[in-house]
Amino acid sequence: MSADRVLFDEPGPAGRRRIRIATGLTLLVLAGVVVLAVKQFSDHGQLTAERWTPFGQLSYVHFLWVGLQGTLIAAAVAALISVPAGALFGLMRISVHRPVRWVAGVYVELFRAVPLLLLIYAFLLGLPRFGINLPIFWKLVVPIAIVNTAVLAEVVRAGIGAVDKGQSEAGEAIGLRRGQVLRLIVLPQALRLLVPTLVTQLTTVLKDTTLGYVVSYPELMKQGNNLTVYTHLLIQTFLIIAVVYVLINFALSQLAHALDRRLARRRVTGGDAGAAGGALPADAVGDRVAPVGQLS
Amino acid sequence: MDVVLSHFGYLLGGFLVTVELTVLGYVGALVLGTVLAVFRVGPITPLRVVGTVYVEFFRNIPLLALLILFVFGLPDVGLTFSLFSSAAICLALTGAAYVCESVRSGINAVPVGQAEAARAIGLSFSKVLRLVVLPQAFRTMVPPLVNVFIGMALGSSLAAAIGVAELTNRTQQLNLEYAQAVASFLVAGAFYVAMAFLGAGGGRWLERRTGRAVGGRR
Repeated sequence: MSADRVLFDEPGPAGRRRIRIATGLTLLVLAGVVVLAVKQFSDHGQLTAERWTPFGQLSYVHFLWVGLQGTLIAAAVAALISVPAGALFGLMRISVHRPVRWVAGVYVELFRAVPLLLLIYAFLLGLPRFGINLPIFWKLVVPIAIVNTAVLAEVVRAGIGAVDKGQSEAGEAIGLRRGQVLRLIVLPQALRLLVPTLVTQLTTVLKDTTLGYVVSYPELMKQGNNLTVYTHLLIQTFLIIAVVYVLINFALSQLAHALDRRLARRRVTGGDAGAAGGALPADAVGDRVAPVGQLS
Repeated sequence: MDVVLSHFGYLLGGFLVTVELTVLGYVGALVLGTVLAVFRVGPITPLRVVGTVYVEFFRNIPLLALLILFVFGLPDVGLTFSLFSSAAICLALTGAAYVCESVRSGINAVPVGQAEAARAIGLSFSKVLRLVVLPQAFRTMVPPLVNVFIGMALGSSLAAAIGVAELTNRTQQLNLEYAQAVASFLVAGAFYVAMAFLGAGGGRWLERRTGRAVGGRR
């Protein structure tokens, strides 16, 4: 069902009245919730100006901006590592050599089933006992990259599987070798299909960087927490941080959506290439139906 | 290894807390997420907006940021929950956004003709949904819902960061006290892998069952 509005008839007079009543009731309940929240805030003195105006000061903004920079850098580096690594493991999983397939399979299955935080603790507390003591930045970024590589490998594999089989058959028919078919025909099309999903995965990486809080890497969450130590403006700081994360991730997922729509249009208008069966499996497409890895 | 053996009960206790968190969070997410999905496909505009805003907010906020907001922020406005219930609530709230999208995409995967036929014989919105669309949607919903379950099991580890004594937290505690790094991480990792695989296996079983129930039709 493509349209969301096929589940109910165009309402008649009685139906319209019922919908109007339900709409009114919903709005009332929503207003009640907002009033309750505001009352709860003001009863505890959290709405007074002096608890919010500090965030207009340059020093506060700068402090959080430094954190945001840390977040963006960590996310970017983790993404720059895990995208090529994920592509590599994804390709290894469809290799003709069984040991290669096997290695990639074990890696992917293992690191999709282990929580990121456990891995971070391993880097933080376990590895230093064996003389492997990475700088804090890498204690955060390497585990994120390891986990997201496994997730991206599955995404890449799904993308390659989604390219119409006729494409590689045609490549073989004109005498290309297996590697050539992959490099010249399948991968370019698969990558185009994957771009929205990769953008979506960026939001996961960005969310993962909040674990810098645990390793004391100064990203947005940690910086915000440090700020509250001095200011005791707990709920204000954490609300602002939450909104910043939501805005960035919302922008990224809208971008993924836009790319997805453009792709869909191209699929419809762009001749027969992929028009027949180009769709990716539901959880690999950009609309982020369900997390492929852990909730983060 | 000795330390792990002598503290196996301690780790097992942590594992049970992880299981409790996962199950509580998942059940909460299923209920709330389904309600939100019904909101999002229903005819009442404010409820549709509520569903959309909810999903966009809770899919985009990092779980850890939500946990910290809950544990350190909300006491400021007079709302204090225990660490365990904070973790369970946050998992349920986040999971609900993903459940909602899974249910909605399952509904969207049912051919339009089904809903049109149901409406043609005069069924109301709730009956169209309950009797015709949702039973058919269930099959396509199983794999993404299983993903949410596995994501929930792994995501529950974040409760360790706010101090809930679950598996990850206890593993880390053991590491602080004893120099037995490898073994305890392997044991904890094995617990999580086992949980993920059990979830995936259960999902495949459910998929086969529901496949038969709809008459073996794909």
